[in-house]
Amino acid sequence: MNGPKSPNSWQYRGLNAVNPGLDHLSNGLLQLVEAGHNVVAGSADLQYSNGLNRFAAVHPDRYISFGISEQNMVSVAAGIATTGVTPFVATFSSFLGLLACEQIRMDIAYSAQPVRLIGHHTGISLGFYGTSHHATEDIGTMRSIADLAIVSPSDGAQLEAAIRASADWDQPIYFRIGRGRDPIVYEGGTEFRFGKAHVHSQGEELTLIACGITVHAAIEAAAAMNAAGRSVGVIDMASIKPLDRDAVLAAAEQSRCIMTVEEHNVMGGLGSAVAEVLADEGKGVRLKRHGIYDEYALIAPPTHLYAHYKLDGAGIREVAEAFLARKS
Amino acid sequence: MTLPSPLGLTPGANSYAPDDATIARLRERAQFIRLETVRLIDIAKTGHYSSVFSAAEMFSALYYDVMNLRRGEPGWDGRDRFTIGKGHAAVGLFPIYADLEFFPKEWLDDYTRLGSPLGDHPDMRKVPGVDFSSGSIGHALSNAIGIALAQRWTGKDYKVFCMMGDGEMQEGQVWEAALFAAQNRMKNLIAIVDRNGYQLDGKVDDVMNIEPLDEKWRAFGWEVHSVDGHDIAAVTELMRRLRADDTREKPALVISKTVKGKGVSYMETEPGWHLGWLDSSDADDAIAEIKSKVI
Repeated sequence: MNGPKSPNSWQYRGLNAVNPGLDHLSNGLLQLVEAGHNVVAGSADLQYSNGLNRFAAVHPDRYISFGISEQNMVSVAAGIATTGVTPFVATFSSFLGLLACEQIRMDIAYSAQPVRLIGHHTGISLGFYGTSHHATEDIGTMRSIADLAIVSPSDGAQLEAAIRASADWDQPIYFRIGRGRDPIVYEGGTEFRFGKAHVHSQGEELTLIACGITVHAAIEAAAAMNAAGRSVGVIDMASIKPLDRDAVLAAAEQSRCIMTVEEHNVMGGLGSAVAEVLADEGKGVRLKRHGIYDEYALIAPPTHLYAHYKLDGAGIREVAEAFLARKS
Repeated sequence: MTLPSPLGLTPGANSYAPDDATIARLRERAQFIRLETVRLIDIAKTGHYSSVFSAAEMFSALYYDVMNLRRGEPGWDGRDRFTIGKGHAAVGLFPIYADLEFFPKEWLDDYTRLGSPLGDHPDMRKVPGVDFSSGSIGHALSNAIGIALAQRWTGKDYKVFCMMGDGEMQEGQVWEAALFAAQNRMKNLIAIVDRNGYQLDGKVDDVMNIEPLDEKWRAFGWEVHSVDGHDIAAVTELMRRLRADDTREKPALVISKTVKGKGVSYMETEPGWHLGWLDSSDADDAIAEIKSKVI
């Protein structure tokens, strides 16, 4: 063999396919099939990015290759769902939540078809691929569509649990997931319930309400702050819609301040959802919405971006300290 | 019954040609569709007459002859399905669904009124008989593909028909779907383009030329047919044959050459009638003309 030693894109497929975070998507689907659910999966030319090639290898007859046609994929999935078969269709969340937004509204949500939409590599996790591949608006677009649930798991174990739980959820679902390299939050596995937050800890001074990749970072930040004498709690709001309103209101009772953290524009996302609950209920608690501040993110390797936008543990701590220090 | 080849008919032995009684019945049902459309649009005070009139013979042939349906059982899982991209022609479908006892006839009397399930565009959540909701042009072929594809996992045997408008050919998603159906050899899928020549802003080929339409679909891997969409005998024969053909290895597309507004003379010559409302004396004249004509 005289070829170059460096991996080419097809060899990267193999690297991606063993990416442990991505395993959970296929694992969840394989479990559903094993449990007797009539589940099929499809992707728009990204099976090696989302790891569905593992599902396709086990069930080639249950995998649909759509080519690069996201809108057709979403509308076809809706047609499939009318027959009682449950399709999971996946692509980058920038394309799913924006390019196929109208198909999601018309063919899936309005038509009440229980399609499972998997938007992966969400937020700014595609780093230097640029704004076309960043999804910092998708919670906003999806959240304003009636009868569509939104789930933003913080790690692979929670994703797998949410996929299991989806078997008992009749509505369509938009899963907003990372790039499969998310740090592990739930070491020993976890359970997921629609409309139910995972409360990690309570704090008198501050509750951090996070989703997705920022949950792990928020836990890190809270640990550091608590070690320094603060009282900071963390809520994993994986179920963005339906939102766990009770968890938000409980945090408002227990803490003097709330700070939301998300890999999304601070407008329209988790922070807005939490703010709506607090405003609706007349809660006077101080609120800080942290995320991407209505701008297009720079390009850089993802970890560099998380540090730059203060979405890593140290950054969240810094923003939280500044928030607590500010005179209200 | 021996099946003919997809493209050829045996002269003198054409088992798909409808007999005279069937032709008379389907012609009468097409007239019924036009008359009911005039009646319903009078309730709404605005609607898409001419978009229904171009498709009336195809609607009649499909629902009253070609499609495998059960009267009174719109949810039967073995039924043939129909999706429509030109959803604004739903006013011509609702009378058929009521007639087939998919929902009570009285529903028609409140067409578009507050709380009615029947609007300008068909809603599958509200209207039994609607196999997929419509309203946003360009989705219907994809929806039909999904319904046809699912036969792999349900084991059900049915055909899926999809009617698109000719203006709809300008939507990019149609061509995504066209590629997908050919790639997956979707022989249970039969699409129809109602080639009535007009869209809201004018002549389709002036607004955005879609010709040569047959060559485009053929190049996308489809088996393409063409028919005079108002020749009820020819439409019925072709659609019967395409439905029965199990030898086809491709999805089929029928270019149904029609006249927008067919049946009411001034609508046939004035494309402005894409959307409109006839006051009572004009409606009476239109009804008289529809009743007097044999199409």
